[in-house]
Amino acid sequence: MIEVKNLCKSYGDKKAVDNISFKAHDGEILGFLGPNGAGKSTTMNILTGYLSSSSGEAYINGHEILENPIEAKKEIGYLPEFPPLYMDMTVKEYLYFIYELKGVKLPRNTHLKEICELVKIDHVYNRMIKNLSKGYKQRVGVAQALVGNPNVLILDEPTVGLDPKQIIEIRTLIRKLGKNHTVILSSHILSEVQAVCDRVVVINQGKIVADDTADNLSNALTADHKLIARIDGPREEVIKVISAIPGVVSVLADMQREKGVWEYNIEAVEGTDIRRELNRRLAARNWYIMSLRSSELTLEDIFLRLTMGESVDEFINKKASDLDDDGEDEKE
Amino acid sequence: MRAIFKREVSAYFNSLIGYIFLAAFFAASGVLFGITSVTKSPTDGLLYLTTDMSGMYSILFFALLVLIPILTMRTLSEDKKNKTDQCLLTAPISLNALVLGKFLAAFMIYSIGVCMTLVYAIVLNFFAEVIWLEVLGNVVGLLLVGAAFISVGVFISSLTENQVIAAVGGFVSMCALYLISSIAAIIPIDWIKNILMKLSFADRYYRFTYGIFDFSNVLFFISAAVIFLFLTVRVLERRRWTNS
Repeated sequence: MIEVKNLCKSYGDKKAVDNISFKAHDGEILGFLGPNGAGKSTTMNILTGYLSSSSGEAYINGHEILENPIEAKKEIGYLPEFPPLYMDMTVKEYLYFIYELKGVKLPRNTHLKEICELVKIDHVYNRMIKNLSKGYKQRVGVAQALVGNPNVLILDEPTVGLDPKQIIEIRTLIRKLGKNHTVILSSHILSEVQAVCDRVVVINQGKIVADDTADNLSNALTADHKLIARIDGPREEVIKVISAIPGVVSVLADMQREKGVWEYNIEAVEGTDIRRELNRRLAARNWYIMSLRSSELTLEDIFLRLTMGESVDEFINKKASDLDDDGEDEKE
Repeated sequence: MRAIFKREVSAYFNSLIGYIFLAAFFAASGVLFGITSVTKSPTDGLLYLTTDMSGMYSILFFALLVLIPILTMRTLSEDKKNKTDQCLLTAPISLNALVLGKFLAAFMIYSIGVCMTLVYAIVLNFFAEVIWLEVLGNVVGLLLVGAAFISVGVFISSLTENQVIAAVGGFVSMCALYLISSIAAIIPIDWIKNILMKLSFADRYYRFTYGIFDFSNVLFFISAAVIFLFLTVRVLERRRWTNS
């Protein structure tokens, strides 16, 4: 269990972490979501004792990281943003080193073998780390964090730079680990956090802007009023018809995806669902909807929503009218 | 600490630096041994052998100025550059153990080099009697001054993440430590001069080569080593607060 109270870290005038408090319980996967430079890595570095906080407290299973660093560090497995690997060692030598460095008491060979099987690096066990691919290096980094079977795992952007297959593997692994560890992982990808985490803490500019379960957060952040549709029909007229639907603020023809089929970005006033009306009006003219999906919120949109509060509508309307102007340009 | 020590020693031999250091050390001591203990007289052209090895030991001091920075340049700078320090600093070990492990590994490699000089004494022993206590005194002196220089090198290495800067910085600061007594000689203020004279690494080391085993000199080199290792720990500690 991790408990963080009023954590601050400043470099000179700049506050990298500004009064952050949160808890992560046993058997919970907590996601840290934020853009680059939000303070995710700094927070993680403080939790693991790599950096010292300017003020505030961080407890790892009851041990304060600054007051009782050795005990607290024994509870943590840490995968930093760049896996801390010694390139001149083989995977085996490196894991032996980590095993000894952490002063682990478990039987060495069976323990390391278990970890290697778990993260699937057993077939590169005797290879030099510098000769491994990025994905394998990342896995060795994860293996390193698992040595000693720590209760708390802190993973800083564990899937960055991996290919989609590896990403899925690592996510599955993290979910597996989350059953009997406390896991904190950071990411700047919303869908990743949604896929893996039980709870999400969103930070921006060093401050927590949301702390909720992943489901609640994604419900609050769905964007049914923003649609991407592929419609088979004459472009100019389709735009006119859609624009006439009540609630629509902007329609933008993106590009031709198939012969005669254009992709349109449709934005309606927030809270209105125009999908039925869209179907009805297009069908009446014998045009076909080839695909229809709601556009995902970008991280930028999320922060706008979470940070700007009530002024968000105003902002979106302004943005919509900008888009509208563009749309009109396109029509001409 | 044991883990760090073992890893560092193996890194010296994985990265060639250990071999380069030992080869250079053996070459330097071998050449100096040849010049000082086996001499050809210019007048009668005969070879003169002497079992007095103090000449080799005193000139070997200069070899240390160049060789020890090579040995210590990567100790902490490489970790910072490759971000492996994140692994060391978040492991459940104290900073003291971390720095001491790194220091002892460098000292271990250095000791292998120094022990080589004993081989020359054993060779000489076949020809004439060697005064073993004097040789041992010299070896201890060389080990002590080396320990002090290594800890200076480790300290310099903790200040940068560039190995070349660490090596050049180490070389310059060791030269400065060597030159302390020369600088002191031209300072007109007596008390500053006296203090600087007392801090001279070279003068204290030469006492050993004269065959004088003075415990105050032993203590001096040990304290110098401890002080610079302490400063290294402070640098690492400070980095946690400023991240620079």
